[in-house]
Amino acid sequence: MKMITAVIKPFKLDDVREALANIGVQGLTVTEVKGFGRQKGHTELYRGAEYVVDFLPKVKVEVAVVDAMSDSAVEAIVNAAQTGKIGDGKIFITAIQEVIRIRTGETGDDAV
Amino acid sequence: MESDIIHIKYALDTFYFLVCGALVMWMAAGFTMLEAGLVRAKNTTEILTKNVALYAVSCVMYLIMGYTIMYGGTEGGILPDSWFGNTIANASPDEVLAGALADPDDYSYYSGASDFFFQVVFVATAMSIVSGAVAERMKLWAFLAFAVVMTGVIYPLQGMWKWGGGFLDAAGFLDFAGSGVVHLCGGAAALAGVLLLGSRKGKYGADGSVHAIPGANMPLAALGMFVLWVGWFGFNGGSELKVSDIGEANAVANIFVNTNAAAAAGLLTALIAARLLFGKADLTMAINGALAGLVAITAEPLTPSPMWATLIGAIGGVLVVFSVITLDKLRIDDPVGAISVHGVVGVWGLMAVCLTNGEATLSAQLLGTSVIFAWVFGASLAVWLILKVTVGIRVSEEDEYQGVDMSECGMEAYPEFASVK
Repeated sequence: MKMITAVIKPFKLDDVREALANIGVQGLTVTEVKGFGRQKGHTELYRGAEYVVDFLPKVKVEVAVVDAMSDSAVEAIVNAAQTGKIGDGKIFITAIQEVIRIRTGETGDDAV
Repeated sequence: MESDIIHIKYALDTFYFLVCGALVMWMAAGFTMLEAGLVRAKNTTEILTKNVALYAVSCVMYLIMGYTIMYGGTEGGILPDSWFGNTIANASPDEVLAGALADPDDYSYYSGASDFFFQVVFVATAMSIVSGAVAERMKLWAFLAFAVVMTGVIYPLQGMWKWGGGFLDAAGFLDFAGSGVVHLCGGAAALAGVLLLGSRKGKYGADGSVHAIPGANMPLAALGMFVLWVGWFGFNGGSELKVSDIGEANAVANIFVNTNAAAAAGLLTALIAARLLFGKADLTMAINGALAGLVAITAEPLTPSPMWATLIGAIGGVLVVFSVITLDKLRIDDPVGAISVHGVVGVWGLMAVCLTNGEATLSAQLLGTSVIFAWVFGASLAVWLILKVTVGIRVSEEDEYQGVDMSECGMEAYPEFASVK
């Protein structure tokens, strides 16, 4: 089992959700986050004076999948979230030690 | 029958005057909303308190002494005949009728009390101009103490020099509705205050950089602009003083058209100038531009054609953008642009009178402009300085960081949100 954590541009969230649903992903968790990467922040002008926005708003999507689905899920996210411009985000993949469905007590692949 | 017509004309002109006064009173709401929109959330309650309190201070002080100073002066004089006392007087019906018979062109054609009401709301307007410029760092009570002197003495005295028939009026200085008497006056007092007060913490870097401190609420700022715009029809329209015959009714209608045209033109040129200079459509500059157009046309809203009014407002709109940038370069921190809108563009409005009014002379306009600025700036500087060395005019650095809402008023505007920064 893998935990796929994708930090994406907020306006791409709907596309990513749809792409993941299309390949059979059953659920995901979304968090609104702020941060910076190579895009850094950016400056805006207010009444002719600059102000710096250090942390840009992003959306963090967390999806738990069985090992077999990991590559296709990553591919779905990349295809859906890519604009080709700086600031598209990153995907982190980590191994999941155990998954438990609270309602039934199922564990492992059955619980994902 | 003749006397009935005089009765009705008197009633109509008084009614018109009072409604225009009520419109100008509404400008207090406009300034309040504009300023509340352009300061940070942590300073909202204090700026609201300042605005409602300064309106009340203006009304009380103008009643106690301001009106007497302003309209009790000697023809062509510098000092008023008396400083205190009640000079509000309504003429009786017999007096009005006798006056109309004796001289149909010059008699008491509106109520004396309506004149006081119209004048008192102008004082509040001048004082409102100051509050925005010193926002976010001045002590509330020091500000109100200044308001007492400003609305009781500083404003009425220079008002007497022009509208009270004093020496500026005698010199041929023209200022129809107050680009100088009201707006330059407010701008000059604000400039004196800001110079002694200093800039908001974090506004200017040690290396000369200028840091923006964006306002908290753009909807309020936009609403404030429209409220001021509406009120201005009373400000300029009411300054015609009369509406009850065909000639006067036409004049009033022209003033409304010109006032509106100048505001619209100022908004557009400021918006376009901001877009060209900054790359984005800066709403706050558009708002300042509309107000600049209004200030520019206020010295002479009657004689220009609507196209001239458009041009005068348009130049005001461009001026205000460059003035805001220039004041920032000089490290004069004015959160709402009041000094630029009312002071700098007020001067432009006074000069623009020469473009369309054949009776205006550049020398008289320059004289009036310099006298008003010198008196208001000098007197204000003295009062601010006295306040600074006695009670202090600036809140502590910590209070400024926390927001003056808590330090001055003990309450937040939006207590359900985190307030700091």
